[in-house]
This record gives sequence, structure tokens and C-alpha cells, in this order.
Amino acid sequence: MKSKVDSKFTPMIGLEIHCQLNTLKTKLFCSCNAQFRGEEPNTYTCPVCLGLPGSLPTVNENAIDCAIKLAHAFDSKINKRMYFFRKNYFYPDLPQNFQITQYNKAGGVAFADGGTISIKFDNKIKNIELDRFHLENDPGKLVHEGGDIESSNETLVDYNRSGIALIEIVTKPVIESPREARIFLKKLRSIISHCEIVDLTKDGAMRVDANISIKGHARAEVKNINSFKEVERALKWEIKRQINKLKKGQETEQETRNWNGKITTLLRSKESENEYRYFPEADLVPIEIKQDWIDDIKEKMPELPDERIARLQEEYGLKEYDATVITEDKEVADFYEECCKLNENYEAIKNWLMNDIMGILNEENLSISSTELKPKLVDEFISAIDSGKVTTKIAKKYISKIIKGIGIKKWMKKQGVKKITDKEKLNELADKIISDNPDVVEDLKKKPKTFQYFVGQMMKATRGQADIQLTRKILKEKLKKYMK
Amino acid sequence: MPSLNQLSGIEIRDKIRTQEISSEDIVLACFKRINDVESKINAFTEVFEKEAVKRAKEIDKKIKKGEKVGNLAGIPLAVKDLISVKGHQTSAGSKMLNGYISPYDSTVIERLVRKQDAIIIGTTNMDEFAMGSSTESSFYGATYNPWNLKFVPGGSSGGSGAAIAADETILSLGSDTGGSIRCPAAYCGVAGIKPTYGRVSRYGIIAYANSLEQVGPISKTVKDSALVLQNMAGKDPKDATTVDESVENYLDIIENGIEDFTIGIPNEFYGEGLDPDVEKQVRNAIKILEKKGSNIIKVSLPHIEYALPTYYLIAMSEASSNLARFDGIRYGYKTDNTDGNFNEVFSRTRGEGFGPEVRRRIILGTYALSAGYFEMFYIKALKVRTLIRQDFLKAYEKCDVLIGPTMPATAFEIGTKLDDPIQMYLEDILTVPINLAGIPSMSLNCGFASNGMPVGMQIMGKFFKESDIFRTAYVLEQEMKYFKQRPDLGGY
Ligand SMILES: [Zn+2]
Repeated sequence: MKSKVDSKFTPMIGLEIHCQLNTLKTKLFCSCNAQFRGEEPNTYTCPVCLGLPGSLPTVNENAIDCAIKLAHAFDSKINKRMYFFRKNYFYPDLPQNFQITQYNKAGGVAFADGGTISIKFDNKIKNIELDRFHLENDPGKLVHEGGDIESSNETLVDYNRSGIALIEIVTKPVIESPREARIFLKKLRSIISHCEIVDLTKDGAMRVDANISIKGHARAEVKNINSFKEVERALKWEIKRQINKLKKGQETEQETRNWNGKITTLLRSKESENEYRYFPEADLVPIEIKQDWIDDIKEKMPELPDERIARLQEEYGLKEYDATVITEDKEVADFYEECCKLNENYEAIKNWLMNDIMGILNEENLSISSTELKPKLVDEFISAIDSGKVTTKIAKKYISKIIKGIGIKKWMKKQGVKKITDKEKLNELADKIISDNPDVVEDLKKKPKTFQYFVGQMMKATRGQADIQLTRKILKEKLKKYMK
Repeated sequence: MPSLNQLSGIEIRDKIRTQEISSEDIVLACFKRINDVESKINAFTEVFEKEAVKRAKEIDKKIKKGEKVGNLAGIPLAVKDLISVKGHQTSAGSKMLNGYISPYDSTVIERLVRKQDAIIIGTTNMDEFAMGSSTESSFYGATYNPWNLKFVPGGSSGGSGAAIAADETILSLGSDTGGSIRCPAAYCGVAGIKPTYGRVSRYGIIAYANSLEQVGPISKTVKDSALVLQNMAGKDPKDATTVDESVENYLDIIENGIEDFTIGIPNEFYGEGLDPDVEKQVRNAIKILEKKGSNIIKVSLPHIEYALPTYYLIAMSEASSNLARFDGIRYGYKTDNTDGNFNEVFSRTRGEGFGPEVRRRIILGTYALSAGYFEMFYIKALKVRTLIRQDFLKAYEKCDVLIGPTMPATAFEIGTKLDDPIQMYLEDILTVPINLAGIPSMSLNCGFASNGMPVGMQIMGKFFKESDIFRTAYVLEQEMKYFKQRPDLGGY
């Protein structure tokens, strides 16, 4: 069922996306190792990210490199004098009880303003305008022992994540539907992945908050949308809630709501909103982002999704839709192109990669690089199909093994897929196929390549078990009189 | 023959180097003095006797073997209780941090102690979180002025000032956010310098108002301050606000004299409310400078009239944020009553752990930063701060240093201002403009008032020209010789 929104209620959606710069070696304001995932709690810490008395932050300039890269990708305007503000609020995951961030009011500026991300849907292009993006640090992580924030009676804090660099991207409230939001986020992911500043396979590497309102009415902020997949659902639910309220003649209220995976619930009303008391962070001196620095990074910019989508269509004859899907994740697109270097059946590679292999990886929540999947295996596999050694049916059985690094030949041997080497049986079969296809035999006289058709038919009839060498030999003997 | 602990840092340094005395001798002499007088003064929050003696012996061994030692080898040093020393309590004079053991060294300790081999003999008392001018608000009780035990030693680095005046240590460190080095230096009749903002690393210094404060020495002589400062100043990669400006060898130029100096006398430092005794001694010092060949001119700093409210707005605002981290979760004091949600527990912990003056400043600072007041208070204060800095820069177009009194009067009696915060804040009227501008300034003893209490004068220099201050102060010190006078606490 397609949910058609009542036309007199126009939703307006703005997104705030936190991207963890988890490809950096160190945290944003200290030299602690940033690769903290899976480590013993509170071991990747130091006086700075624990907020110990007397400790002071210093800026990791590699995080600024990442931000400059993004500014190029979005075509945002970099504020060349960058400085930080403190956002003051008490929360146990925040060791200083303030966050060091950038602010675009009270004399502050974001890292960069403006910029656009263009998305394509229903055969039209829409430019989603960005408001700004900025750098800030991630808080620690609360672990609610034996329950959630409300039901557990003990909460532990792990500060390993404290101080990890984040970039917060804020769009203007120009997204008009949950579907548009999903398409936008996919495109954003694709850009971020091509910039190689976030390892998107890591949990919580990208987190979304959404501001939703019905045009002309107060907005609600929805927090804790933990996965991209949930964004569309959360938005749909919240829009419906607001429209229902308006239909009843009530007004929506400015408030903060929590997405719990099923519905949104009230977190804070406007009156109890945090008062953040932003003011300049005097421990960090302003940093000049010189034009040389910006130009340097521009020179090293990677190919971005729009260019790549166009090139994939051009080079590999892909349809725009397929090129777009492949490009959503740089790793997948890179892998596709590596395979295409080895094997020219671009269409087959695309089909097997996108339909089957990615399906398995997504199901198991794996990235290509975390498996044993290699372009050589894909080439071997596609060649086996094309040469008729493997039927589609067998291929389907095999395909889940490819991510474990098992080649098709090796697998078939292990499976004990028996080769039919019985000359008499193959002779009989060849005769039948030749007599069943007189028109193809006619074709063969003009196009010797048609020979391959008979090989394919033989393999099909034997479910891929005919010995390929022997089959070819028998067919050649029987058909050579038609071939010049 | 004076007792060893009465000697200056330079004298001790030379005697240790020539092996005339050992480091152990001087460390023991200081601890003897501490044992004799500390019950009257209460300058220390903790003394590290065993550890200091052990370290002194190690250094003595090195010297005997002819091994290379640091520039401060074997000299006793007392440090204000907000300077992090690895493995020791750093409490900022607060119940909130009672029992907090710092797991790391501040940069100044790394430089003076780990690199230059000074010996820490203990941590000194202070106003809680450096908020005060009397060292009465410490969780560890008040410190008493060695010149008269009924009087305050000044603050907030009162423990360091008193320990120097009472000869309990040879060198000491304080910190100065709005006068906290210069005020106790003045009230205790010793020398103390607040360096240029950015001259000395603040890494490891518990922050009160981070855009204003600096660590600096409090010492018996001008040369001692120079010795300490030149060994701890300079760029620190751990403090982004330190400036990559070369540090002069102050001791090499300190005796160069001031014949070519133009010295400015800012009108505004000699206004109403200045104690005539104080004015008399400062004017007398100016006469000496004139006699010594410097050119004396009048200058004006019109905006320092607004310095006090500007300072308190900025300092309290920053304090409200800097002190937010003390919530009892990771370290320090935590309330026994942990009923309720984290906000309730945080509030209870902070209500119980902070003293009244700290609470007052956090509340006022929180208010000043709140929506609707931020522009009116904080932003405006920043604008006035710029005007004050410009006043000083303008004065320095014509002058090398400026001279004024450090405090409007001499030390006051304990307890007389404790219940009147406004009176207490007025104490800082002549010291806070310097922190707002960020320039360096030294307080030097320039005589005594009719009540027998020392009078301090301020020598204010250009940005990063601590050398000019040292040259001026050295001339005065050698002429006036007040550093030779010591309070009589008995015990020898
Ligand atoms: Zn760290």
C-alpha cells in the first residue's frame, strides 16, 4: 500500500547526520587510538578524553583534512578561520559535561556553510541544500546493564568512544517525503564512502536525527534513529502522528521525540529543552584554513559518485539504475570494476554481484573486504558459466561459497560433481541435439561461433556434468562438415 | 649566619653545584622549618618529606659522580594545589577533589621537576578552585600571613606566598587568574610574576577561568623568579594557547639596568580608595627608578574603570563550564545519598562538594551565559576586554613598563571580608586588568605600611617582555633590599 500524504499537509524534513571519522588514527582532541571498537572498556583513554582536571584539548589536523574533503564534495563554503565552542550540558557520557563543537551563532561559525547533494528519483533531479556542517567530539557510551535506560538499575560508562571525531551535517528543511529522505541518505552515504572518511561498516558510524514538521506548524526533532533503514519508517510514523493531530484540530508542538523502533515518544517538551549556553572554547586557538590547504586537498579528491555513475554507464554499458546502485558503496563499485578488468561479461558480473553476492553479504552484515571474496573468483565463476561448464542451477548452489574464498572449480571437485565421460552416452545425446536443431545447424554454416550453442545444450542436458573436453571433441567431429 | 632555608634559590643552586651543601641538607632544612612554623602558617595541604629526601639523595649522588643534572637540581619547590603532580593529590583546595590523585604530570612539573631536577616538597594551600584573594576558603583551612598571623596572606596562591615568606621552601609556584600570584606576593612581601598569557603551559593546571590564567613563580628574589620562569616557559604541544615565542635567558640580561627605559605611571592606578601608605611606598620606588636613569611619564588606561565587572563576568562564565566536570562519576567527592536520577545525584554531589564562593561563581556564570543574557553580559564583556587590551597596547607605544600598586591596601584581617563578596572582589581591582589584557606583571615588595605589613608594587610589561620586568624589578630590589627582611616567627 502506498501511503499518499494528504495534499494540504506538506511535510518538511530536515536531517542532522553525525558521521564518525573512524578512519582516523587518533581522536579529535587527543592522541588516543581511535580504533576502539571491541576493546576492553575504558582502555583507549587519556587525561584529555576522560576530562581529568587540568587536561587540555589539541586539534587533530587530519580531521580538518576530512572536513575539507567533504566541503569539496558538497561544494560548501569553508569558513577560513575555524574555532570551537563549548556546548554545555550535564550527561554521564560526557566527561567534561560540555561538548567541544562548532556553532553558527553567537559569533561562531560552522566549519562550512551551504552546499548541495543532488538526488534523482522519478526521473527528476532535486538538489537537497545543506545548511552547514561542523566538527565535534563524540561522547562516551552508556551501557545499561540488564535492560534499557529506564529498566536497568545500573548504568556503566565506557569512555573509549569519548573524543572520537564526528562531522555533523545539517540539511535545510527541504526534504518532502520519507522516501526522498531515504534516497538522500543513500546518496550521502555514497559520497562519504567515496571520500573514504568514514568506515560505514562500523556500528554507529552514521547516526541520524530528523526535524519534522507539517508546513506552517511547529516541528518535532526525532532522535535515536539508529540505522538508515529505520529513517523512512520513523519519518512515516511521525508525519502521520502530526497530520492526525492537525486533522483533529489540535496543534503540533515544538518538542524532542525518541524513536524506539516502532513509534516516537515524547522525550522533552520545549520548556524543558536543554539550555546549552554555547560560548567560545578558549583552550583552542583559532585555526586558519589557508587556501593552499584547501587546494591541496582538492587536487587529491577522489572520483565522486555522480562522475562515477556516468563513467560506469559509459565504460561497462550499465543502465543508470544499476550504475547508481553499484556506486552506493565505493567498495562495491571498486570491486565491480576490478572484476570487469578480468572478465568482459560486465552484465553477468553486475547481475551476480548485485543480486546474489551482495544479497548474501547484506544478510550477514558483511562488507566485501571483511570476506575472502576476490575478483579472480568472480572471473573464474563467470567464465565457468559462460563456457557452459556450470549451469545456473549449480551456480546458485555454489554462490554462497564464493565469499569464503572457495573457487568454483575447487567447489565442484569437492561436491563430487561427476563428469560424464561415457562416450556412447554423449554421442547419443549429441545426435539428438543436432537433429532437434536443424535451423541452428543451418546457422552454423555462416557463423562458426554458433558451435558454442551446441556445447551449451549438451551441458544443460547433463546439468553441467558432461566432460567439457570430450563433449567438444564429439560435437566437433559431428558438426565439422557444416563448419568452414 | 642565616639558616640554609633562608637563602635564595640562586644561592642554593650555586652551593649545591659547588658541593658546598647537598640537596639533602637544604631539603632537610626546609622540612625542619616546616615542622617549626607550619602549625602557625598552614601554608601546605600536603608535604612529601620521604619522597623529597629520597630524590635529593639521588641528585646528590649524581652530582658527586659528576653526572649532568638539571638547572634546578636539588632546589626545594612548593607547588600550588591545583598543579597536577603524578601520584599525588591535586585538590584545588576543595572538598570536591579531596582524595583525587592525579595520574599525570602537568607540563610545568615535567619541565621543572622531571627535566630540571627541582625537588617538590609539597603542595600549597589556596582559595578553593583559586576563587578568592585571601586563602580563607580552602577545604584545608585558612593560611596565615607570616608577617602577622591575624592577617590573610592574600590569595588565591596564599600558601605559596606564605611558604616563601616563612622560609618553608626555597621556590614556589602559584597561578594567577585575576591576581592570585601578585596579591599573595604583595601581602607576604615577596616577589611573584604572572607571565604573558601563552608564555607558560596550562596543561595539568586545574582551570578556573582558562582564558585568563597563567602559572608563575612566587619567590624570595627577582632572580629566583627569573630562574624558575625561564625553565618552564615556552611552547607546549599539549597546550594550544602557548605561543611559539623564544624564551630569553632572563638571568643573562637581568642586570642590564634600565637607563634607556621609559616607565609609565597610569593615572587610574592611583585613584580614590588607594591606601596612602601604599601610594607612598610605590611613589618612593618610582623615584628610585628615575634616579637610576629611566624616563618617567604619565599615561592613561581609560577603560580599566570597567575591568572589575568585565573580569568577573568572563571568569565566572568560564568557571561555570570549567567546573562542570566535577560530578562525582569519575573521581573526587561523591554524595552518600545516591537516590534519584543522575541529575539529582550530580546536583547533590556538587552542592555538597563545592564551598559557597565556588557555588556563587558557578551560578552567576551559568546565568551570564544563558540565552537572553549572553549578549548583554558575556559578549559585552569580551568587547570591553578588547578595549582594555588596546589601552595597554597604546600605553606601550611610549613605555617599556608600567608601574602601579599591586593591591589598593595591605593585607586585611582574617574573617573581615569573608561574608562580603563585593568587598572581596574589590581587592582585585588593580590586578584583573592585567589578566584581561594578557600582559605579564610582577609584584615586588616596595616597603612596609605603618601597620608593619608589606606593600607590593606592580611592574607591568609588554607582551612576552618579561625580561623588561625582571630588569626593572632587579634594579629596585637591589636598591631597596626589602627582600632581606623576614618576618619573625621564631624557631631559629
Ligand atoms: Zn584520549
